[in-house]
Amino acid sequence: MKRTLRIVAAAIVLAAATFWAASGANRGWTKTSVPTKTVDDVTGIEGVTYTRKFVPGLDFLALGVLGAVFLAGVSFLIPKKQLEPGQ
Amino acid sequence: MIELRFLHTHMKTTIIIAIALVAFAGAGLAAPETFDFKDPKGVNNAGFRVDAPLEAVNGNADGISGTVTFDSENPAATQGKIIVASASLMVPNSMQQHHLHSDMWLDVAKYPEITFESKAFKNVKTEGNVTTAEVVGNFTLKGVSKELTVPVKLTYLKDKLGARVPKMKGDLLVIRSNFSIKRSDFNIQAHQMEDKVSDDIDLTLSIAGAAAK
Repeated sequence: MKRTLRIVAAAIVLAAATFWAASGANRGWTKTSVPTKTVDDVTGIEGVTYTRKFVPGLDFLALGVLGAVFLAGVSFLIPKKQLEPGQ
Repeated sequence: MIELRFLHTHMKTTIIIAIALVAFAGAGLAAPETFDFKDPKGVNNAGFRVDAPLEAVNGNADGISGTVTFDSENPAATQGKIIVASASLMVPNSMQQHHLHSDMWLDVAKYPEITFESKAFKNVKTEGNVTTAEVVGNFTLKGVSKELTVPVKLTYLKDKLGARVPKMKGDLLVIRSNFSIKRSDFNIQAHQMEDKVSDDIDLTLSIAGAAAK
């Protein structure tokens, strides 16, 4: 059980870090939509439209690490399996 | 008989002079035009920026409306009101947007409009089709009105409406402005959480209005 929790914790950190890095390593807040700028040819005004897209930020990474630390911490609270006499 | 003919000729001349004067006055003094800022292309926008730890929060609103009366011969007489629909304010993070719209911050349900109404134009300078000035007006946010003086740049684009909206004739007026306000002045979490969200809010306005002919 202890071992399983520690493996899951390591997997969470690895998965969160990989997803964060693969999504562009955004060092700001997590975004659920991204702004796209378009310039109006006649007026020169830069318009902004938002497209739904999940971009994990440092807060996402921190949440993953916190979750992993919690699981690893719990693993230390689980008592060691008592050996049966004669084992 | 001669007297009657003279009177007739005299009246004719007077009428011709009067018509010519009216035509001349009409050509020389362009009438003020009223520009509508509800943009059919949805490009008009008001942006804001507040400093926060990790990353500044940037957002935009595209729910712009209002009218401005502008006279290219007398830009100092410009007046109008621009309205931003509070609920159209967007930020890239849905949780931050929910907080922004809630009664903790802008309370968009109770205060659906952010407005600026001009009262006077100062330091007006015109070069070609571009006018710069300082506008004194009432800025209203979250139900609080304050008199502000903000810099503006007006660009008058004569006969350019058709280039933007096909089959329409008319003129365009582009307004740009950058200025700052303090959220504490408008009862937005006044003097609270300043370590998380700065008191200063930078605002930008980039809008174009149309006057159809």
